[in-house]
Amino acid sequence: MNEMHHEIIIAGMGGQGVMVIGQLLAHAAVLEDKNVVWFPAYGPETRGGTADCTVIISTNEIGSPVSSAPDTLIALNQLLLDKFAPTVKREGLILVNTSLASPPKDRPDCKIVEVPANDIAKEVGNPKAANMVMLGAYVELAKPVTLDSIKASMTDVLPERYHHLIPVNCLALERGAQLVS
Amino acid sequence: MQKVYSRPKGLTDAEFAYCAGCFHSVAHRMIAEVMEELDIIDRTIGVCPVGCAVFMYEYMACDMIEAAHGRAPAVATGVKRVLPDRIVFSYQGDGDLASIGTAEIIHAAARGENITVIFINNTTYGMTGGQMAPTTLVGQKSTTCPSGRDPKQAGYPLRVCELLATLDGPSYIERVAPTNPAGFNRTKKAIRKAFENQLEGKGFSLVEILSNCPTQWKMSPIESLKWIDEHMTKTFPPGVFVDR
Amino acid sequence: MTDKKLMKGNIAVCHGAIAANCDAFFGYPITPQNEIPEKMSELMPQHGRVFLQAESEVAAINMVYGAAAAGKRAMTSSSSPGISLKMEGLSYIAACELPCVVVNVQRGGPGLGNTLPGQADYFQAVKGGGHGDYRLLTIAPWSVQECYEFMPLAFDLADRYRNPVMVLMDAIVGQMIEPVELHANFEIHEYPKPWATNGARGRARNIINSLWIDSAVMEDLNNRLQAKYEQARRHEVRLWEYRTGDAELILVAYGSTARICRTVVDMAREEGMPVGLLRLISLFPFPEREINALAKQGARFLAVEMSAGQMVEDVRLAVNGLTDVGFYGRTGGSVPTPAEILDRVRETLHKPPVMSTQARREVS
Repeated sequence: MNEMHHEIIIAGMGGQGVMVIGQLLAHAAVLEDKNVVWFPAYGPETRGGTADCTVIISTNEIGSPVSSAPDTLIALNQLLLDKFAPTVKREGLILVNTSLASPPKDRPDCKIVEVPANDIAKEVGNPKAANMVMLGAYVELAKPVTLDSIKASMTDVLPERYHHLIPVNCLALERGAQLVS
Repeated sequence: MQKVYSRPKGLTDAEFAYCAGCFHSVAHRMIAEVMEELDIIDRTIGVCPVGCAVFMYEYMACDMIEAAHGRAPAVATGVKRVLPDRIVFSYQGDGDLASIGTAEIIHAAARGENITVIFINNTTYGMTGGQMAPTTLVGQKSTTCPSGRDPKQAGYPLRVCELLATLDGPSYIERVAPTNPAGFNRTKKAIRKAFENQLEGKGFSLVEILSNCPTQWKMSPIESLKWIDEHMTKTFPPGVFVDR
Repeated sequence: MTDKKLMKGNIAVCHGAIAANCDAFFGYPITPQNEIPEKMSELMPQHGRVFLQAESEVAAINMVYGAAAAGKRAMTSSSSPGISLKMEGLSYIAACELPCVVVNVQRGGPGLGNTLPGQADYFQAVKGGGHGDYRLLTIAPWSVQECYEFMPLAFDLADRYRNPVMVLMDAIVGQMIEPVELHANFEIHEYPKPWATNGARGRARNIINSLWIDSAVMEDLNNRLQAKYEQARRHEVRLWEYRTGDAELILVAYGSTARICRTVVDMAREEGMPVGLLRLISLFPFPEREINALAKQGARFLAVEMSAGQMVEDVRLAVNGLTDVGFYGRTGGSVPTPAEILDRVRETLHKPPVMSTQARREVS
């Protein structure tokens, strides 16, 4: 296996599925025998607060579970995009959910990828799958794991009451990937 | 000649250090007799309080644990949950059970914890020098209410049996006053029933014994019995509050 | 795929407790440790063991006291404010020489604080915390794997020393998800407990008590406890050294902060700075001799904690004036990042600070 190390921050509002796509990444990394740490940060509210998580995937042993300069930011809304965009490493990657946020203008060094995630999610038939569209786009671009490993992680990561949504989630993942390929 | 009275096997050989006429000696002896009668001395674990009965472990012939002030019901719960076939009792005074340990006794009762609680209510903190207790009567003098308990300043006495009787958890709650031969017999019967209930798996049983403190009340033992009958029973009427 | 499972540190604690043959769990809800009582309410009955949600942290530790007195392996878990409430019970348990395990998933404080990570309960954990001269043997996992493996270790230490053991975590270690292998590569020893109050059948009665009116007897108990802690100092120091061989500056940290510092060491080494890490696994006993030996070789130290400076005091006592001991801490739920610790490392070694991303962008 080639050496690799990815530090990703995924951020949005509670209910946007921020934690879930982080856990899908983590699970896929385990399937591929890579090292991984997932670490969440919640606002105190049970509903409607902000949510972000850090995922670190590496072929090496992982030290800090906290990232001072992530190489990637996946931002699902404007508030959290504004909060985390300045922390992204120089020449890093920022995925913006342009259905809800406008791309940052002060990070010309970074690769900014615009994903109209909510619109695409509506098209595939599940407006709540915007997170999956973002994840598909990220995996296709950075290839920390394969899209197949993400799909294979769905049944373990998603609670059983959402298992009927797995086909449409996979469709959303693929649409996100197609958008950037 | 027939021997009609001897030291119960539930007691050790240690001599009680309680004041003359104090009901702790009476309650200890009754518990010891009940343990012997039910043949449970070698499978009983007692939990003693902080207060005058803090040395109870010196006197009882069964395994004993000394708990922190008020925590005996939680300690007893810990023992009973891991050893459900043993008999577990707590022995607590009014400061211990009805003041600092209010949360523990209410929740042990609410859970219907299968333990036996012997509650000694003598309206005072005997060991620390006669301060006001949660059960000190209105107007009763103590070292922290020297002109008598004033409800405007110190509120009202707590009626434990009545409080716990509102819960669905307890199986048996009775208040007794061993101030005369009938009351004495009633007390012994109540303690026995509280242990039998546990043996039958019926759940939480509590016996409140209206008790005296001749020393802090500054009375002779005989006067103290009269005082229980004339004053304490007005605020704390004896009776069966729960039996199911 | 390996047989590794992804789980939170808090969940791994529960599997570790089951593997350690924990007989009883008593707890009370408080964030960020709620996954522990929740998971235990499922696992303990499945394994025929006792789970009970207590009415308070005070009641929970006293239930542990009762179960431990009865000779069973008992534990509780909580987070900082709840741990404060358990201190009375822990003093009694230590004085009665009963074994038990307490997990503290530390949060930001003081007061109600917040549910974010903290390490400001260090003093409370390693100096005793409640009244009187007693200590808690304290160990600090830094990964989800260790959350699992340290539970059998904690129960073993508790039984071996007849003393409460604290597993000191923080919200990062408790909440983070990592792959963990739920192996059985440890021996679970059975310790005879002839002192247990479990019914005096065929033996003299047992008494569990911490009341000793005679000062000579009470002092004897204290001397016995101190002798026990001395044994622990001799045999139970656990630490991990990383790139300390040629290090001029050694970071000292435990738990999640040590993980962060490990990354800092690699970053510093890439820049040519001779930096190492001393990761403390046992906090009590504290690796006094080991730190003193490194100080004698001339190394300087930088203690890093999520507190206003607690562990650093023990580092200074161990160094005993031989070299400099610096401190970097964040408090109130703030987590130090590798970059900000690296800046403090550079400052300590008289190097210019690392430019922030923002500053570098402006220059370019």
